[in-house]
Amino acid sequence: MSSDILEMRSITKTFPGVKALQDVTLTVRRGEIHAICGENGAGKSTLMKVLSGVYPHGTYEGEIVYDGDEVHFGSINDSEDKGIVIIHQELALVPYLSVAENIFLGNEVRDSRGLIDWNKANHEARQLLLRVGLDENPTTPIGQLGVGKQQLIEIAKALSKNVRLLILDEPTAALNDNDSEHLLGLLRQLKAQGITSIMISHKLKELAEIADRTTILRDGRTIETIDMAEPTSTEDRMIRGMVGRDLEHRYPERRSNPGEEVLRVEHWTVYHPTQPGRVVIDDASFNVRAGEVVGIAGLMGAGRTELAMSLFGRSYGRDVSGQIYKNGRPIDIADVASAIEHGIAYVSEDRKRFGLNLIQDIRTNISSAGLRQLASRGWVNGNEELKVAEQYRTDLNIRTPSVLVPVNKLSGGNQQKVVLSKWLFTTPEVLILDEPTRGIDVGAKYEIYTIINRMVAEGKAVVVISSELPELLGTCDRIYTLAFGRITGEVPVAQATQEHLMELMTIERDVKDKAS
Amino acid sequence: MTAVAGVREMITRNVRQSGIFIAFVAIVVLFSVLKKEFLSPGNLTNIVLQYSYILILAIGMLMVIVLGQIDLSVGSVVALTGAVAAVVVIKGHAPWYVGVLVALAVGFAVGAWQGFWVAFVGIPGFIVTLAGMLLFRGLTYRVLENISLSPFGGTYYGIANGFLNGLLGGYGFDVFTLLIFAIAVVGYAVSQWRTRRGRISYQQTVESMPIFVTKIVVVAVVVMAFAYQLSRNRGLPIVLILLAVLILAYTLVMSKTVFGRHIYAIGGNLNAAQLSGVKVRKVSFWTYVNMGVLAGVAGVVYSSRMNGAQPGAGNMFELDAIAACFIGGASTTGGVGRITGAMIGGLVMAVMSNGMQLMGVPQSIQQVVKGLVLLLAVAFDVYNKRRAEAAR
Repeated sequence: MSSDILEMRSITKTFPGVKALQDVTLTVRRGEIHAICGENGAGKSTLMKVLSGVYPHGTYEGEIVYDGDEVHFGSINDSEDKGIVIIHQELALVPYLSVAENIFLGNEVRDSRGLIDWNKANHEARQLLLRVGLDENPTTPIGQLGVGKQQLIEIAKALSKNVRLLILDEPTAALNDNDSEHLLGLLRQLKAQGITSIMISHKLKELAEIADRTTILRDGRTIETIDMAEPTSTEDRMIRGMVGRDLEHRYPERRSNPGEEVLRVEHWTVYHPTQPGRVVIDDASFNVRAGEVVGIAGLMGAGRTELAMSLFGRSYGRDVSGQIYKNGRPIDIADVASAIEHGIAYVSEDRKRFGLNLIQDIRTNISSAGLRQLASRGWVNGNEELKVAEQYRTDLNIRTPSVLVPVNKLSGGNQQKVVLSKWLFTTPEVLILDEPTRGIDVGAKYEIYTIINRMVAEGKAVVVISSELPELLGTCDRIYTLAFGRITGEVPVAQATQEHLMELMTIERDVKDKAS
Repeated sequence: MTAVAGVREMITRNVRQSGIFIAFVAIVVLFSVLKKEFLSPGNLTNIVLQYSYILILAIGMLMVIVLGQIDLSVGSVVALTGAVAAVVVIKGHAPWYVGVLVALAVGFAVGAWQGFWVAFVGIPGFIVTLAGMLLFRGLTYRVLENISLSPFGGTYYGIANGFLNGLLGGYGFDVFTLLIFAIAVVGYAVSQWRTRRGRISYQQTVESMPIFVTKIVVVAVVVMAFAYQLSRNRGLPIVLILLAVLILAYTLVMSKTVFGRHIYAIGGNLNAAQLSGVKVRKVSFWTYVNMGVLAGVAGVVYSSRMNGAQPGAGNMFELDAIAACFIGGASTTGGVGRITGAMIGGLVMAVMSNGMQLMGVPQSIQQVVKGLVLLLAVAFDVYNKRRAEAAR
């Protein structure tokens, strides 16, 4: 038997317009804890979805050798039959069902008549819970347990399927330090029992602590696999591997000439909407001036979107505290309508869910946030509306035969231009752009950067939220770093390097400093 | 670069709307061949009188459905508003207009009640209006003390049974009726022409001239033939005027007002609407209030037509109104639907019921046929959507 449990050879996965994975190779040794790290969009999750059969055989190129045999998984069930279990970042538990019901969901313990044997199921669940170090009643509804325990129950569920290769996608992203410690300890125990783990994480300290080897991905390619025991395997080396690409696409030139401060946020603190006591944004303060682009750099789960949405008419979170100043004067923004009135616009990172009405045409989408400007006494001037839509179509170069085409017929880049048009039409002074170039091709990205530059030249203040560091370095004047809900640094772009920013973005919260 | 669209493109572009329109025409042709009294003056008048209240309900229902909600209580609200009007007019000897106003006020209150629970408490409209269906039915029995009240008589009776005719004399047909319809047809032609000019000046696609003219002529001929048949019977039904005004007004509300646009925005993507500053609660609330008031209008029309109020009135009306919307192209998930579509959907149901009644088809078979039509119409919608998605 070979010492490798898994070998993924030359995996290439293409989505329409994007090569998500290109010739990726991954070798995992039997019984090791193998970490995968990389920036958002580097292809980590895609690779794991290929491995677990979420993307079935035939939708990718390359081959997967598992336990010495080449495997062709048609679905996630096929991979589970072989003992490969994936635990996604968003836990797949049903909150109203009990612990035991969740563990055996889709895999129920049945007696000879085909009915579920609850006594046996609860008993087995109890054994599994003990194996993951949980002392919970198997009949407790999952929703009553914290995220940390839910994570462990996911592992118990994996154990019930006789897991041999466990894949964890950012398992500690939502956990506090205690729960993380516990989880990592459990992974070590499982390793001792011969279970191999693949763990996606961007917490570098954590990886240094637990992983035997780490594979670094960048832009859908394997950069290198390093042995964590080697003295050369430092955090620096990993950071360089993660961000080390050259600025392959250029950013349009811009002359920076910031004016007066337009927006200042002080001591902004936001709690999780459903988990009481969990701080999502912790005492964040920042400002942005007219004619300036300010970047907010943060990894997944740092609270970037939560910060923006809570500022934008309290669209996220509860117990929001802190103060917003507009042109030096304190303002109170209770809802989205008043945010728009105060000249703030927010372009969501998820344009399909939060930005567009996909079934309606371009014209209607563009006018939707500023419709009142087109209306007198509640009556919309349809001709004027058409004129406005045509204007933005020309200005922003939205490529479409007509503004009466439904937006779901447009490409990602053109959809994004529609969203930008919609917000520009509200004549904002401050634009918050959340991942403005996510999921769009390089050419369209350049156009979006050009639009940003034009807005800045008009004296608007722009906040760009992004996890792509080159993008921030290419477009911003100043960059704030956000890590685990806190602003951990403020760097003028002239002094910023990707390595320095990545360091600031991975500063973990000091243990228990907010416990009181 | 004014683009001119051919017939084919026009049909594929509006396949849903034109699909149901063609079905409607086919049904009408079918019944008129099978039963020649189908297109007789008396029967056409009858169809208008018999289904006007369903169409009025369908207007409000369409708005609720576009919002992404539903209203199951309208049948009970029709009964309740009619009952209150009957108590005020018949028992209280109040003038007819007091009865009408009280009925509308009750409709408003019912709408506000349901709107409050849906919009501000966040309970799904299905549940709130299911409760309302029982609640308002029960209240109807209380208000009427379990018995029917009749007759209204007088002006109130005239709302649904009266005609405008003889104003300009008759020669075997009513000139006034023809004149009103002629004015409507001219108005239609002029507004179509202006829309066309507007679109051309904004460089949008329009139909080629022959198609445009043919369309107008066909509509004019059909409408005037219908008018001629009405004029040979009793003239212009008052409810038809009411209905026309409501359809016109609400078509404008849905297409040309901020309120209407916000309904489409919420139904199309609630999150995006919220993040665009749409006051989702307010809009939802007023949509239900509007539905309540329209149910009050339908209650007045129905009680007037029945010349009294019965505790069991309006039973199952909600289903006819909902079916009209879905047959007329409204989406079950909200965000899509037009008043004109719902009206044609309602007419399909009306014509089918009427035609089958004329042919003496048993009630049981009628139900089966109506059920199948509803199912097929929505299946067609789902099929179309899936095809559109695959083409993307």
